[in-house]
Amino acid sequence: MENKALFYYILNLADDKLVLAQRLSAWTGHGPFLEEDLALTNIALDIFGTAKSLLEYAAKIEGKGRTEDDLAFFRNERQFTNCLICEQDNGDYAKTILRQAFMDSFDYLLYSQLAKSKDETLAGIAAKSIKEITYHKRHSHSWVDRFGNGTEESKTRLQTAINELWRFTGEFFETTDSDKELAKQSIAVDASTLKGAWEKEILTLLQKANMTIPLDAYMQTGGRKGVHTEHLGFLLSEMQALPRMLPDAKW
Amino acid sequence: MADSQGPMWEVFVQKKAGQPFVHCGNLHAYDKEMALQNARDLYTRRSEGMALWVVLSSNIVSSSPEDIGSFFEPSNDKIFRHPTFYQIPDGVGHM
Repeated sequence: MENKALFYYILNLADDKLVLAQRLSAWTGHGPFLEEDLALTNIALDIFGTAKSLLEYAAKIEGKGRTEDDLAFFRNERQFTNCLICEQDNGDYAKTILRQAFMDSFDYLLYSQLAKSKDETLAGIAAKSIKEITYHKRHSHSWVDRFGNGTEESKTRLQTAINELWRFTGEFFETTDSDKELAKQSIAVDASTLKGAWEKEILTLLQKANMTIPLDAYMQTGGRKGVHTEHLGFLLSEMQALPRMLPDAKW
Repeated sequence: MADSQGPMWEVFVQKKAGQPFVHCGNLHAYDKEMALQNARDLYTRRSEGMALWVVLSSNIVSSSPEDIGSFFEPSNDKIFRHPTFYQIPDGVGHM
């Protein structure tokens, strides 16, 4: 029972990373200019790396002989439990950057805690990725500041992105009973405890960027239960096409 | 198109503490923070160094090809300007 709870907990973490990295990697070759293209591609690679480590560990905990590739490429939409914000379309650069800033602030808090987990593998993965997240956050936050204090157009685009994405941020802090149980044993992190610190950091960032925050907005939910927005199906069909066409292909 | 990606910056990487910063290339960025981040992404992703400098290319004063004669050539025929007559003590090491 405990293994099952841990399996699903790791899968939540992994799916956030995998889906977000897949989204970010779509910018490869399409960035606003060369340097930014490389920056975002590097960030996508970092996040894929964390997803791979987490999926490997999830497969091991499950103990049914599945590999990280099976989990990434042979699960369907309803079996993915990533937060809805990860699967939202890239939109313009302001939207991609804002989604990243929201995620980076959350991941920074989450992985800092997770690095203290009693589960040594999880703690190890978290300790490694916290260095990367620190850099990702510096990149995305400095762009939010630049957009907010930039031209009329960049301000409008950032505000539009906030209005579109804010409703997906409530999902970060959803915690199931089994997650709470794991948190009590100092294995998992109870995400609901991170809400205050996240809001404080993001509100400060957005206020410095002179943005209006729709604080009383309705919060969308469903991702953690496998109920997704229309975007995930398209994302997965592209990501999974090759391994499903040639299931035994070797790299 | 050049103006849409910001001004040019020169990048210097220091391999480890105490060693000189070596010029390794350039990049585009709108401001100092972006220049530093881009330098990290472009030039130090494979353990090339432990410290970075970025400098606006326009802040660098350079000699021009016409200066070669007056700047660099007059000393070649005056061998006494080159320290080849001294024995360097072993303790000095690299000089």
